[in-house]
Amino acid sequence: METTVATTASQGDVWGGGNQPLRASYGKMMMWFFIVSDALTFSGFLAAYGFSRFKFVDAWPIADEVFTHFPFLHGVPAPMFYVAFMTFILIFSSVTMVLAVDAGHKMKQSKVAMYMFLTIIGGAVFVGSQAWEWATFIKGEYGAVETKGGKILQFLDTEGNRVAIGSFAESMHSEATEHEPSNGIWFMSGNDQTSYNFEEVKAGFLANDNLLIRTQYLDENGHPTVLSREASVAKIQKDGKLVVEGANLKRNEYGHPLFADFFFFITGFHGFHVFSGVLINIIIFFNVVIGTYERRKSYEMVEKVGLYWHFVDLVWVFVFTFFYLV
Amino acid sequence: MGHHEHSLAIFRGRLKFKSIEQKIWGVFTFLSIITIVEVIFGIIKPEALMVPFMSAFEGGFMATMANIFLSPFIFMKPLNLIFIVLTIVKAYYITWDFMHMRDETKALRRMVVWTAIFLICYLILILLVEGDYIFEVYKSNYVKFDF
Repeated sequence: METTVATTASQGDVWGGGNQPLRASYGKMMMWFFIVSDALTFSGFLAAYGFSRFKFVDAWPIADEVFTHFPFLHGVPAPMFYVAFMTFILIFSSVTMVLAVDAGHKMKQSKVAMYMFLTIIGGAVFVGSQAWEWATFIKGEYGAVETKGGKILQFLDTEGNRVAIGSFAESMHSEATEHEPSNGIWFMSGNDQTSYNFEEVKAGFLANDNLLIRTQYLDENGHPTVLSREASVAKIQKDGKLVVEGANLKRNEYGHPLFADFFFFITGFHGFHVFSGVLINIIIFFNVVIGTYERRKSYEMVEKVGLYWHFVDLVWVFVFTFFYLV
Repeated sequence: MGHHEHSLAIFRGRLKFKSIEQKIWGVFTFLSIITIVEVIFGIIKPEALMVPFMSAFEGGFMATMANIFLSPFIFMKPLNLIFIVLTIVKAYYITWDFMHMRDETKALRRMVVWTAIFLICYLILILLVEGDYIFEVYKSNYVKFDF
C-alpha cells in the first residue's frame, strides 16, 4: 500500500480538501455510491417479486417449464440452457472488462482497446439474447384458456404432455373481427384476436376424450394440479372464458399475470442497464482508441465504467437465481 | 492515479496467483464451475433436496425461537438454500476480485457492503413476511383472487 497522504506537514489541511481518506478518487467513490443505490433499486424489484410470489405461492408458474427454448432447437425442451449461456456470456464479458482495466493500469493502449472491444461484443450478444428470450416468451407456445376468475387452464394429453390449442381446436365460422379505430373508440386498437376463439377450443376439447386440464394451482409435491377428464369437462364448461396465446402485461398463458409483469420489468430494467453499459463502453472504447487516456496518463475512466459493467453482471447473477432457479 | 497493490490471493490466502491476469482467469474458472453446478442442480432437481431438512418445532416459546433461528432449514427447500448460498458466493467474488473491492480501504468496503446488505435484508424480511401473511388471508378467508 502507498503511504498515507496525511503527513505532519499536511495535517493542517485535513479539512481543506485535497486528501483522499478512502484512497479512492472522487469519481470512483461516486460510482460505488451510485452502485449501492442502483443495487437497492434492483433489490426493490426482486423483493417485490418475492412478495408477489409468496402471496400466490401455491399458484406460481415453474420457471423451468416456461423457459425451455433454445435457438435453432425447435421443439427440443432445453430448460435453463439458454439463460445459462447468457450468464456465461455476461461473466465472460466481465472477465474481458477486468483485463481491460488491468491493461489500463499498465498503460497498454492497444490491449485496453482490444479487451474493451470484446466486452462490447459480449454485451451486444447478451442484449440480443435477451431480445430473443422476450420474443419467445411473448409469442408463447401452447396457448391456454383463461377462466372467469382470471386463472389459467392448460391442456395435457393422458400421458401428461402439453398440447397446443391449435392441434385440437375446431375451426368454426366466427363473426368476431378486429377492432378498427374508425368504428368506435379511436385510441383503442385491435390485436386482441387469437388464432382460435374460446368456443372453438371448447368444442375441440369436448370432442377429444384424451385431453385433460391442468390448473395453475400446485399440489403438495409442487407440480401443477391435473384434473380428471370429468372435472376437466366441468371446469371448461363452467369457468372457461377466453383464449390466451403468449404473454403480455395483462395476461399470459404460463400462469399468473404477475409472473409476466415481473419478467418484463426486471429483465427489461436489467437489459436497459446492459444496453446503456454497452453505449458507455463504446464511448470509452473510442476514447481509448484516439488516445485520450494516453494523453491523460491515466486509464481511470476504464476502471469506472468497469465498475458499472461488473455491477450489471452482479445483478444478473441475482436475477438468474431468483427468476430462473429458485 | 495511484497504483494500488493488488492482492493476488483468494480463498483466504489458500490459493495464490502469480499475476493479476492469472487471478482473473482463476476467479472466472471458479465462477463458471459454480454456474455449471447451479444449472445441473436446476435441471435434475434431486428429490432429496426438494423437502426441508427438518420439520418445525412445536409448543412453547423456545420452539418458536428455534423455528426463527433455524428457519432456512425448516421452511426452505435445501435446493433453494444451496442456490442462494452459491449466488452470494458468486456475488462475493465478482465484487471482491472483478470490482477490486479486495484492494479498497476497509472504510470504503464497509460503507458500500454493510449499507447495502443491511437495507436489502430488511426489505426482504418485511416484504416476504407480508407476502406470506396475505397468502394466508387468501387461503383461509373468503377473499377472491383479486389483485
